[in-house]
Amino acid sequence: MKKLFLTITAIALFSTLSVAQSRTLPSLDVKTLDGENINITAIENDGNPIVISFWATWCKPCKKELNNISEVYEDWQDETGVKVIAISIDNSRSMAKVSPYVNASDWDYEVYLDPNGDLKRAMGVSTVPHTFLLNAKKEIVWQHKGYVDGDEDDLLEQIEKIVKK
Amino acid sequence: MIKKISLTLTTACLTIICFAQDNSGEFHGDFDLNMQSYQEDELIGAKAADEIILNNAYLNINYTKGDFSAGLRYESYLNALLDFDDEYKGNGIMFRYATYTIDGLEVTAGNYYEQIGSGLIFRSYENKGLGQDNAMDGVRLKYRPLKGVYLKGFIGKSRTYFTYSDGIIRGADAEINVNEALNLESKTRIIVGQGFVSRFQADINPKLLLPQNVAAYSSRLNIINGGWNYSGEYAIKLNDPVGSATAEENNYANGNALMSSLTYSQRGFGIVAEMHRVDHMEFRSERAKEKQYIINYIPTLTKQHTYTLLALHPCATQPEGEFGTQIDVFYKIKKGSLLGGKYGTKISFNFSRINALNGGNSFLNDNSEHTPMFISIKGEELYFRDLNLEIYKKINKKIRVTGVIARQSYNKDVLEKPGNYGIVESTIAIADISYKIKKGHTVRIELQELLTDGGDGSWSMGLVEYTVSPHWFFAVQDMYNWGNHDLEKQLHYVNINCGFLSGSNRFAIGYGKKRAGIFCVGGVCKEVPSSNGFSLTISSSF
Repeated sequence: MKKLFLTITAIALFSTLSVAQSRTLPSLDVKTLDGENINITAIENDGNPIVISFWATWCKPCKKELNNISEVYEDWQDETGVKVIAISIDNSRSMAKVSPYVNASDWDYEVYLDPNGDLKRAMGVSTVPHTFLLNAKKEIVWQHKGYVDGDEDDLLEQIEKIVKK
Repeated sequence: MIKKISLTLTTACLTIICFAQDNSGEFHGDFDLNMQSYQEDELIGAKAADEIILNNAYLNINYTKGDFSAGLRYESYLNALLDFDDEYKGNGIMFRYATYTIDGLEVTAGNYYEQIGSGLIFRSYENKGLGQDNAMDGVRLKYRPLKGVYLKGFIGKSRTYFTYSDGIIRGADAEINVNEALNLESKTRIIVGQGFVSRFQADINPKLLLPQNVAAYSSRLNIINGGWNYSGEYAIKLNDPVGSATAEENNYANGNALMSSLTYSQRGFGIVAEMHRVDHMEFRSERAKEKQYIINYIPTLTKQHTYTLLALHPCATQPEGEFGTQIDVFYKIKKGSLLGGKYGTKISFNFSRINALNGGNSFLNDNSEHTPMFISIKGEELYFRDLNLEIYKKINKKIRVTGVIARQSYNKDVLEKPGNYGIVESTIAIADISYKIKKGHTVRIELQELLTDGGDGSWSMGLVEYTVSPHWFFAVQDMYNWGNHDLEKQLHYVNINCGFLSGSNRFAIGYGKKRAGIFCVGGVCKEVPSSNGFSLTISSSF
């Protein structure tokens, strides 16, 4: 029986590889900082690229990534029209801190909450930070796990590639 | 039975594959592998594993097509890493589900994760790093009858390792966004919620009269106005004796918990004030006292630290009874000011304090009866106290510095293991400096010091990390327990790690010694044994 499971898994994987073309956002709800429910597929940026970054108030590299992007965000927006959406996976232990932290940090991002990790799981995010780049059709065209200093330059290059297309 | 399941699964998978082949859907997923070798090291008490190498691996596959989705997770423990419970053994598809949404109704059959409110009465979730997964197996419905009204109901059994526990869990929740529901144009927004959970387990105890149905319910309120945000939840769990022969465990009293937070923020400034009170509130998937059956979540009211020595003495909620308060302040000193400098300076302040309930938790059985005072702080046994200040400053284009000072009090007898350790008082200082050598190349140095007379004595830690964006990282760290009262245990714990990252794949290898202790990820902690050896981590997503 174990062999059977493995076979199924292998077939599933193989067929995935052979048919995978575009990748869209799963139709799932997240919460706004005002406690409202919104479906993540409803995010909009008028046909410009969107960056989705999963983060948490207790995650140092996540905050580093979003702080570093924040310093150059205005330039990025002017050059490429990109919008950054930060999705916090803070659970009820630290959820109350998200809005004050975001405000105090002077971030201009759209911020949503995913307190029990439903969106995180659906998007295959096992650790944070995990960053996705979406094109004009809101298809995921690039992703990156983790963050080290300088990764934002790589992200900008990817954004510029989309804009030029 | 198993054959039937496997047949059904095969059919389901084949159907999905057929769907996929005419390009009308998407397959995605992720894969994780954690391998570790174990060598014996008598000095740190690390044991060798008979298998030499242990391995945990997971593969998630999700299929979506419009409003339909289905998926599964294959788990492999051959054999489970030493810090996992050895009940995790072998391979299996331990998670599979199908869900669809139509006209506002969402139907899920199979496995699912769910949370009611803050989780005080119910939370099913997974944390692979900590070996925790209490996924539900059953059915769940979510429905929006009107704008701003959210209903959900579920029934199922809760996962414990590779099986499901005895209790049947039923739950329902209603949330109303008052402004949305009544079309109110108001600056003040109000959201109310009411949750209910009940567990059924037959009473087969010949001596005791045990409740077969145990209920828990909670009410919550969220009021938002401008920069202000109040959030509160109150929960009650009805009598839930363990059913053992020991009188202390057979507590028939009801439990309750209250959590409350008030926040205010504006550009450059934020403040959070929180309190909670917990009294006999652990809720389990069956009449038992073991941790693996817990199905609710009482958030710990302290800051979740990530620097190693700040997290050396972590706090964990005492669900049987505690009272706690916490304050956080975030402030950004503006650019161009005297203290702000060219780039501004960020300050985070945090204070938390947790103490025992007056005279212990609520207790009710044939021998004794007790209800603790609602609020009592002075004179009660201290469980944990943490006062910390973090300053972050970008000095110039190349140098960034973070500094932390903290003072912590840790009740080792309560938070770790009963003994006569007393309260471990420690003072901690940390400097974290990163220097950009050239584009993409950064070196980061962490220096940490923890001074204490209690516990295992004082520690020093140093870390050097070199990163080359976007592909490489190298790190060397040493933790040195120079202040241990036992001279033989004044040891170095050296770890070397490096990793390679490309696109959606990440590979990391490490070698070194880990100290035994409490390991916390995502707000949940577990005790891990000391270990010595190689580790390999591969994670990938598609």
